[in-house]
Amino acid sequence: MSDTDPRLRDIFETTAQAVIAHADELTELDAAIGDGDHGHNMKRGMQAVLDELDTLAAKPWDEALKAAGMQLVMKVGGASGPLYGTLFMTLGKSLDTPPTREGVAAALKAAIEAVMARGKATPGQKTMLDVLVPASEALAAGRSPAEVAEVAREACAATKDMLATKGRASFLGERSIGHIDPGARSSQILIETIAGKFGDVK
Amino acid sequence: MSNVGIVIVSHSPLVAEGTADMVRQMVGDEVPLAWCGGDPDGGLGTSVEAILAAIDKAWSEAGVALLVDLGGAETNSEMAVEMLPEERGGKVVVCNAPIVEGAVIAATEASGGASLQDVRRTAEELSAL
Repeated sequence: MSDTDPRLRDIFETTAQAVIAHADELTELDAAIGDGDHGHNMKRGMQAVLDELDTLAAKPWDEALKAAGMQLVMKVGGASGPLYGTLFMTLGKSLDTPPTREGVAAALKAAIEAVMARGKATPGQKTMLDVLVPASEALAAGRSPAEVAEVAREACAATKDMLATKGRASFLGERSIGHIDPGARSSQILIETIAGKFGDVK
Repeated sequence: MSNVGIVIVSHSPLVAEGTADMVRQMVGDEVPLAWCGGDPDGGLGTSVEAILAAIDKAWSEAGVALLVDLGGAETNSEMAVEMLPEERGGKVVVCNAPIVEGAVIAATEASGGASLQDVRRTAEELSAL
């Protein structure tokens, strides 16, 4: 197809590898306040994306994102499968090809709204949304990739003091305070890695 | 079969199968029934692929009611329902009910020929108790 992008393969590969490299950390975070499978699940999903890398790299951005999202839906095996799957699939559906900065920001906003609907969640509940929403807003406001990554990093750290009111961690009530949310951390890893492909991220 | 089908989705294949055993013993064979449990590697978790296969196995023109356990089972089930072909998607519901009691009471209701809406409502009344 004429609108394939040579950067796509590198971005998908690096992002999947970054999540896989942090699988043990994600599982440890999840063991503290969830059911301890987030790292393992995300690793399986991202490995499925890596397995499909040749097929994905031959597609334009929108189709590749939809296909990667479907891999996550089918392979992750926890709630994060449909959540990240929905994020990627809606990004693909909403994205113009070739992608522009404004187009990506608008598509990310649409994708995050789809994740909210899928998870019946809103920001402030100690979830992945608490990283995705501020990062998306920073992107829409025209901040640099490094600044977006920094916003995501601070937002992730800030989930530590939040009370979980959604997901498995909400069963713990006040005991959820004092731990970084594993979904927030995996979202931060995604944003930091992708931002690093478009600018100097510390 | 024209009775509403029942699908049981648990993180644990043992819970799902055990729940299905209880439904079979208490309600009998008048209701299409399928279960799934476990992530794609066989660990605790749920799989959209397995849920889609279970819906297919328990398929009835009257519809299919899903009974699920914790978080991911619900999210994965809702994802599976959205991925169904259009003519089927409108006939599958995820019940907000406790998995074991919900499955037994939903199947009991279904065995009497109740509509999908009635099967769901009866199961969900358990959550209101």
